[in-house]
Amino acid sequence: MEDLDDPIDGAHGRWVRLARARGESVPFTIDGIPVRGHAGQMLIAAILAVRPDFGCLPPDRRSRAGFCLIGLCQDCWVRLADGRRVRACTTPLEAGMAVRLDPSDESW
Amino acid sequence: MSSDPLVVIVGAGPAGMAAARTLVEGGLRPLVLEKGPTPGGRLWQRPATVDFERRLPGHDPDRAERGVSDFLGIVDRIDWYPGTTVLDATRDRLWALGSDGVIDQTPWDALLVATGALDRVVPLPGWTLAGVYTLGGAQAALKVHGCAVGRRVAFLGTGPLLWLAAAQHLAAGAEVALVADTSHRLGALPALPDLLSDPQRLALGLACFRIVRRAGVPIRLGVRAAIVEGNETVRAISVESRGGRRHFTCDAVAMGFGLVPQTQLLDLLDVPFDLVPTSGLWLPRTDRSGRTPVPRVYAAGDGARVLGGDAARLSGERAALAILEDLGRPTDPERVARLERELARQERFARGLARAFPFPAELEARTDDDTVVCRCEGVTAGAIASAVRTFGRHDVNAVKALTRCGMGRCQGRLCGPAAARIAARAAGVPLGEAGRLRAQPPIEPLPARARCMVTEPNG
Repeated sequence: MEDLDDPIDGAHGRWVRLARARGESVPFTIDGIPVRGHAGQMLIAAILAVRPDFGCLPPDRRSRAGFCLIGLCQDCWVRLADGRRVRACTTPLEAGMAVRLDPSDESW
Repeated sequence: MSSDPLVVIVGAGPAGMAAARTLVEGGLRPLVLEKGPTPGGRLWQRPATVDFERRLPGHDPDRAERGVSDFLGIVDRIDWYPGTTVLDATRDRLWALGSDGVIDQTPWDALLVATGALDRVVPLPGWTLAGVYTLGGAQAALKVHGCAVGRRVAFLGTGPLLWLAAAQHLAAGAEVALVADTSHRLGALPALPDLLSDPQRLALGLACFRIVRRAGVPIRLGVRAAIVEGNETVRAISVESRGGRRHFTCDAVAMGFGLVPQTQLLDLLDVPFDLVPTSGLWLPRTDRSGRTPVPRVYAAGDGARVLGGDAARLSGERAALAILEDLGRPTDPERVARLERELARQERFARGLARAFPFPAELEARTDDDTVVCRCEGVTAGAIASAVRTFGRHDVNAVKALTRCGMGRCQGRLCGPAAARIAARAAGVPLGEAGRLRAQPPIEPLPARARCMVTEPNG
């Protein structure tokens, strides 16, 4: 059940794919590193398919990977390079999104 | 446009969708505000990007699709605003953040709140580690994203969702490390007569239990304590039950102890709340028709009382009929009576569930001093107890002011009930005297620039 031949989901991801994704494969970046996800899936699923967590982000610098996944706990906010902050569990992935997780970046 | 009264529905889950349809049939054009991008709510959230090879128990994508497309079939007869987050409510106006990033307001003549529910959590050591999710969260990851939240997931909590989520994961091919339930098997026996009121749902629950048992997954019942272990990320869970304490290796935990209705709007509208002693939750005062004591304010679905998806649909329809009745429009008394009979049956089933899966108040009250209660602000149980003793205040809103518990981004949605329990315990007073966290507008985070768009449209 490791990958269902999905070239996108990596060994470093936290989430494990159990059903085939239908959305087309689109490129996006995490801290400048090019990765791919499925269009239309929520950003959190795209990030955690290739990363174990969001890193230790402000305000509390606790390692996070989402919690309620229905847009209420507010534990999965991430920054985009265009300055927006978005809730990763309710924001659909779009091609070309540039996600910033590096906490050393002072723009938080 | 006519001068018909404007009925506003907040939330397009099963309750809100049923209400909208009923109002349209009654000749009105309701305004429907939904936070998500599509209708359906949590129950019928569209799995837009995944295909399961096998069917998951209790998950009927065809029915969800039908429910959603029925609703989409009437969108030209309603005013439909998906992607819209309601921020504040007063007696004649709602403020909401639209998908365009603009805050706008709408007047309302009748308001139906159908905002759904969130998992109830109990703060446990390690519950803030990356890899711990709510049961509803794990279920959303599975149903919506086609993913398990880890390679080996442990399920902890109590209630039908615990067993349903575990069984769905197994059916989907996930590895399940453990199912740990704070309830006892024998507790289900006295609940049986009430549970028999809905044989279909009872059968589903038993089927889920069987799926877990046949898969050979370790099961612990009557769990008295649990610790999630790991450093930044989940490595294991240890649970204590009559059989002693045992560790189970896992890299994710899904936890939930029932559901908490999302009642912030009803609170802002001054709907009175009552403490339910068995669950320790404050619930808005509503009757079976969906009316609240506040004129023209109605509530339906799990956002008012947690009765499940079927009841949500029925209560949305019933509340819409109540709105039509109160507006002096004709309604069919037979239909009202049938809906109320069905709802009474669902209430009976819910009583059975509450008896079979009681909330583990002791586990919540005994939260370790070092355990984080408020995950947004990092406030521990010890800090709450210490504030209560130092300042002699046990009202949970005072505790919030003193400790910042419940003041963070989620606004106490997750920690509120536990904070009240811990404060009451520290003060040695009954739970009810700690009160409940009052909702504060805006009830959801909003971007700082959203306001500018309203005041400076060209800025």
